[in-house]
Amino acid sequence: MKTLKLTDSEYLVKQGKIIRAKQMTKLEKFFEIALAGGESLDHEPGQFVMVSIPGVGEAPLSISSSPTKRGSFEIVARSVGKVTSALHKLDTGDTIGVRGPFGKGFPVQILEGNDLLVVAAGLGLVPLRSLINFVIDNRRDFGKVNILLGCKTPEDMLFGDEVESWRKRIDVNFDYTVDRCSDSDWKGNIGLITSLIPGVTIDPERTFAAVIGPPVMYKYVIIELLKKNIPERQILVSLERHMKCGIGKCGHCQIQNYYCCKDGPVFTYEQIKSKKEAL
Amino acid sequence: MQYVILKKVNFDDFITALAAQEKVVGPVARGYDNFSFQEVKSGKEISIKYIPTILPPKKYFMPQREKLIEFDKSQNKFEAVLEYDKVVIFGIHTCDLAGIQCLNMVFSDKPKDINYLVRKNKLLIIGLECNVYCDQYASCKVVDNHLPNGGYDLFFTELPDSFIVHVNTLRGDELIEKTRLFNPAEKIHLDQLEEVRKKKREIFKDEVKIGHHELSKLFDRAYDSKVWEDLDKRCVACGNCTNVCPSCYCFDILDNMNFDFNTGDRSRGWDSCQNEPFAKVATGENFRKTRGARQRHRYFRKFKYPVERYSRYFCTGCGRCTRTCMAKISLKETINALVDEQK
Repeated sequence: MKTLKLTDSEYLVKQGKIIRAKQMTKLEKFFEIALAGGESLDHEPGQFVMVSIPGVGEAPLSISSSPTKRGSFEIVARSVGKVTSALHKLDTGDTIGVRGPFGKGFPVQILEGNDLLVVAAGLGLVPLRSLINFVIDNRRDFGKVNILLGCKTPEDMLFGDEVESWRKRIDVNFDYTVDRCSDSDWKGNIGLITSLIPGVTIDPERTFAAVIGPPVMYKYVIIELLKKNIPERQILVSLERHMKCGIGKCGHCQIQNYYCCKDGPVFTYEQIKSKKEAL
Repeated sequence: MQYVILKKVNFDDFITALAAQEKVVGPVARGYDNFSFQEVKSGKEISIKYIPTILPPKKYFMPQREKLIEFDKSQNKFEAVLEYDKVVIFGIHTCDLAGIQCLNMVFSDKPKDINYLVRKNKLLIIGLECNVYCDQYASCKVVDNHLPNGGYDLFFTELPDSFIVHVNTLRGDELIEKTRLFNPAEKIHLDQLEEVRKKKREIFKDEVKIGHHELSKLFDRAYDSKVWEDLDKRCVACGNCTNVCPSCYCFDILDNMNFDFNTGDRSRGWDSCQNEPFAKVATGENFRKTRGARQRHRYFRKFKYPVERYSRYFCTGCGRCTRTCMAKISLKETINALVDEQK
């Protein structure tokens, strides 16, 4: 057996350092990561990275920061598996491995000049925050911007301060809702995210909807968006799948003839509506 | 086109001479009509007549377990590695040559898989023609793999007293030059080869009730078929069918820590879409929950999805999935059931 060192392997891992970490909720932890040598991640909103801890493994995680934020990037990990639980034990100054960015993100070049309706439910806010902050940082390049957020309870709301700042902005229309609430200070609505859609005023011909949430949510949100007459190719969703390689080989993320990691994770509804395993 | 002749009496010398210089593997009888590709030192160990080996030669191109990364945790250092052997593989049937062509397409599709692509060029491929069917499970004609379609350095066809060898690459030619046992083919040999091929065209017929081109159209309308419900009840989700498939390439990636709890490696190992958690995400949703859905996925990955992506069937017709299935799920029967249903 001979061994060769490879410099061009897609499995090669870059070194990353956690420069800020913060427990957000009981299950979710935030990490800001800088790549060694000040290398830029150079991602698009909606792309993901494979984060790894040597000896534990790799996990695909959405990039939460906008590419307009330079020098570092941000992720949020929900502690559900082997890698994410190990990640939760790490803190500022600790190191991790990074591969990516991978996949097709939101087509921001196409979105520019059009109106945007962002629908984020639960953890869906994590990748959509990348798009929202990208749009806010390039606000004059976009048309009307509507942001709808939903989560289980006010305590589950991620990025609370940032969400408040979006709510207060005059250049975005913002609304949010929680499934249930015992807090009398809650300023938003109570009900499912779908209940917010009928109330927004949009020009369907020039509106792109960007939707991310738990798998069960998509069909109900899409029904509401179609009722608003948004064309199928202007409804953008990002799908969650099991992923091992990130480069369209390992087979885990396959949705019929698509590889979610390479052909997605962002798809138009038009692309996936006939794919029975997609939603 | 260059053809040379190796007399059958010289076959043993050929393999022995080759094995003295390089690692040579070939089909070896393992009893009970089982064969496997094994390292050989002489031609006597090789079964010239064999039915498809338990595992296809895929195992040399994409080992069951393969190191991708070596890491040092204390330094957060990762190095990408390739471990390989130079091997001459003798005796690959046309079905398995097709399987290697499938893998080549997948791993050279961008982003490229460098581990696969570098390793494959360390292997020398010698094909071997099936003059007759191996057994009743094969379906190589309907997927058009019963005759050689390239993908080899040398290709052997058995004639009455000799092997006629097609020299397809310079590497193959160099190997032949080294052994000095081959002579140029004469007209009589080329006539005998033509006779073999002529007989094959008579023997090999579409093994299912549908032709080559209609096969992919069959799967255009098969997604909601009742046939998958039948397979749902029978499949035991053991993953045998995908493990023995020459064109199945799904894998898992796992970290292995050494006992120093600091260094270790990240390796890939064969995985199977037939395993229950294969498409399950961390939050619990399983996108192919039933065995029927997973069997359908396997068939669609042979007859529909690769046709759309790579313009070829990924079923090579080798028949291994049927031979190995504990629940007696038969590829030919499944296809025929779909045909009957759509009548």
